Order: sequence, then C-alpha cells, then structure tokens
Amino acid sequence: MEAYLIETVIKVVVVLLIFSALAGIGTYFERKVLAFMQRRLGPMYVGPYGLLQVAADGVKLFTKEDIIPTGVVAKIFKIAPVITAATAFMAAAAIPFLPQFEIFGYTVHPIIADVNIGILYVLGVMAIGLYGPLLGGMASANKYSLISAARSAAVFISYEVVTGLSILAPIMMVGSLSLVDFNNYQVENGWIVWSQPVAFILFWIAAFAETGRTPFHLIANDHEIIDGFGTEYSGMRWGLFFIGEYANMFFISFVIPLLFLGGFGDGSVMGALALLGKVAFFFFFFLWTRAAWPDVRPDQLMWLCWKVLMPIAVINVVITGIVMM
Amino acid sequence: MLEDFKNRNVSEDTYYKVDIEAYPVTGWDKFKRVVQRTFKGELFVGLWVVMREMIDFKIHTVQYPEEKMPIGPRYRAIHEMKRLLESNTERCIGCGLCEKICISNCIKIDTKIDQNSRKEVSEYSINLGRCIFCGYCAEVCPELAITHGGRYENASDQREHFVMYEDMLTPIDVMKANAQKEFEGFGAITPHEDERVKKTPLAY
Repeated sequence: MEAYLIETVIKVVVVLLIFSALAGIGTYFERKVLAFMQRRLGPMYVGPYGLLQVAADGVKLFTKEDIIPTGVVAKIFKIAPVITAATAFMAAAAIPFLPQFEIFGYTVHPIIADVNIGILYVLGVMAIGLYGPLLGGMASANKYSLISAARSAAVFISYEVVTGLSILAPIMMVGSLSLVDFNNYQVENGWIVWSQPVAFILFWIAAFAETGRTPFHLIANDHEIIDGFGTEYSGMRWGLFFIGEYANMFFISFVIPLLFLGGFGDGSVMGALALLGKVAFFFFFFLWTRAAWPDVRPDQLMWLCWKVLMPIAVINVVITGIVMM
Repeated sequence: MLEDFKNRNVSEDTYYKVDIEAYPVTGWDKFKRVVQRTFKGELFVGLWVVMREMIDFKIHTVQYPEEKMPIGPRYRAIHEMKRLLESNTERCIGCGLCEKICISNCIKIDTKIDQNSRKEVSEYSINLGRCIFCGYCAEVCPELAITHGGRYENASDQREHFVMYEDMLTPIDVMKANAQKEFEGFGAITPHEDERVKKTPLAY
C-alpha cells in the first residue's frame, strides 16, 4: 500500500514536471516552426538558437506584477486560470504515456490510474477545463472577455458532442473505456483508424476545437477580441492559461494515437518510440495548421459542428452498430 | 498618332476580370458548393505551401545589429565634412551657404581671418535634433565639402544632439590612407565627369 502511494506520488510529480517543461518547450517549437514557415528565424538571441527564450519568458511571467483590476469579481477571477491548468493536468491521470517497463526489477506502469472509464474520464475532465475561459471571461468586467467566454462555452459544449459521438463507435468495437484496453485491442486487431477512418477524422477535427487551436481559435482571436478571456490577466495567472492550453495540446496528441493509431503497440521499445513519434506528429500538426489555415467565423464553426460533423458521427455510430450485429 | 499620346489608359488591355461564380441560391446549390469545397483539397494546398517554405528554408530575416542592409549612395544620414584630395586640407571655404539655405535653421557657422589672411571656419555645428536631413546643405555646397554620410544609427537621450565640425571631418589618418570615400549621392557630380569636361582655351 505504501509502495503504491509513493509510486503514485512520484508518477504525479514526474508527469507534472515533464509536461510543464514540455509546455514551455512547446512554445519554443511553435515560434520556431511558425517562423520557418513564414521565412523568418524566430527567437535567436537568448541562448544558442534562442533555446533559452523559454527560460526568459518564464522569468518574465513569474516576476510580473499580478494585477487584479477594479471591477472584476476577484475570487472567480483568481481561481479561473487554476481551473484551466489543473483540469489539463488532471486529464493526464488516465493516459498511459508509455508501455510498462522494468527498472531495478520493479515493474512501472507509466499511467497514474488505470481506471476502467479512462477515456470518459479524460474527456470529462478536459470538458471541465471549459470553466477556466468561461469564468475568467465572465469575471473580467471586459466586453471582449465576455464575448470570448460566450464563444468558449458554445464551442466546447458543441464539440463535446462530436468528440463523444465520434469515439462511441470505437468504444463499441473495443467494449471498454480504458485506454490500455484500447491499446491491447489494436495489438490484436490492427489499428482502429483502418476500421473507423470517419471517427478518426471527426475526433481529430474536434480536438482542434477542444484545445482552441487554429482554425478554431476564435475564443482568443487577437485581431477581433484582443486576447479574449486572457485580456485582463497578467503575470503567472495568464501563464497558467498558457500552460493549460499547451498541456491540453500534448495530452490530446497522446489520446489520438492511443485511440486510433495503435498506441504503444506490443510494449516493446520500438512501440514506445513509435508512440512518441506519433505524438510529435500530432503536436506538429497543431502548429502546421496554425501557419497554413485561416480561422473560421463562430457561426461557421457552429454550422460545421451541428449540421455536418454531428450527423456524420451519428450515421457512423449507426453503421458501426449494424455491422457489429 | 496624336490620339495614341492622348490615350492615358495605358493598362486598359492588360486588366482582366476575375471570374466570380454565381452565388448559390437554392439549398441544393449550396449543398453542392459545400461538397465541392470539402473534397477539392484546398486545405491541403495551404498545408503544402507552408511546408514547402519550411523545407526550402529561404530565410529573409536580417539579424539587425549583426547584419545590416546595404543603403543606397543617395541616402541622407549624418553629415560628413570632406578634405581635399591633393593637400589633405579642409574643403570648406566658410562661405556660409549651407547656413543660409538650411530650412530648419540647424546649422551654425562662424568664420575668422587666419594668419595667412584666408577665411577659416572657427565654429561649425549642426543640431541633429532640428535637422530634417533634406540635403539642401550638401546640394548647395560649392566645394562638395559638406555631404551626407551613411551613419543612420543616431538615437540620442536628449532632443538637442549636436555634431561638431571636428567630428564630421574626415580624420587625417583616413585621408593619408587614401580611404576617404567620395560622396555619390545628392548634389555630387556625376560619375566619369572628368572624361566629359572640355578643357578651357587658356590651357593651350
């Protein structure tokens, strides 16, 4: 029992540290990749090739004055960024990051809690992350933040429908909600993407809305509503929103390959490396689309969700059911 | 023939109209357009374009303090005072034309008679805070003495920022090394002027 507790605490700390650091390094990669795609160089001055830019940004965020403007609902204003960051990291609890491995004769399962409703838990906690932008935007006493809060509520709730319906068909095939079971099913029966390509594409599209990335970046569009819910925030509170967004990107990049692309396979080293490669590709794709695609209007986004993606998802579930009978 | 000159619509036949499709009215037409756009793959064209740029890696960034863009010879930055090529003495004869023509009154010149009874510049300063870098001083100078140079990084912590005659004058060691660069810009004589000048009859 004690060994289990210690192991879990160590795993939690490791996941928190690694993904907080990855969020920082993710911003570096985002700036570099976007720059290269636009024939720029990106950060170059802090450290070799701008590598220490992450540290400089961190120092800036931590030491900046924490401004609570007059007129805001202070308690909610203060707690909102914590919700975003906390729910993003809580979602990581049910994600198997690597296959199990042995270290000094002790078997380590790189998953914090293999709950039997894994994917439901991940998506549910990510959905709670909606309260960060929503409460932060509503408490800010700023019209742009309010617009952003309304948009984020609309987008997150709508795309929860698409996410849930699109993975319903794979769940019916696997017969379990645990991500480890998903992985083992794909070892025996081949990748789910080959049998459920529509569900894969729908889930991928919805992932952009869940993480609020371009082309569905309208909850914090600089050119129309400044920074949306983040407008009134400064210092580390804004930084928490940022870490939450990037952590979410990384976790959803883990979830997509685990659900559809074979996960870590049979548990060999090659399988683990393949999983990391797939995660890297999906993270890169988030940056790639940001350089290539324009944003859609909020009404277009709602149209896409309710009139296109949701009917396709429902039809996909029905066809899967008929085929399985 | 004359009509051709009077016709100022020179680009009339080079304009072309962009094809704008008829806007879909019925629901079926709108549906067809959505399907067409969905499967046309234009999104992947966008992805390919940015990926191509990333692979080609033709970076246009100039890393400014280390790298600088070349500036043209006609660029009008901080003034320079040139020396005579033959004797290395100053070109300025103290005529005061630059002070007279300066439209923002930023040049101050004072002269005196030296021991050889020649006019000598005793004081000369330009207030760069007032100077608008119009180039009139360089254009009016009969001796090509005051010219514009290429030093454009002149940020200052105060509004009045004076540059004195000695600072603008080409240093004597540069002059001895034959390194004074002749000004090619505003007000300078055209290149190869020597070949075009005809000798006066008195030279025969």
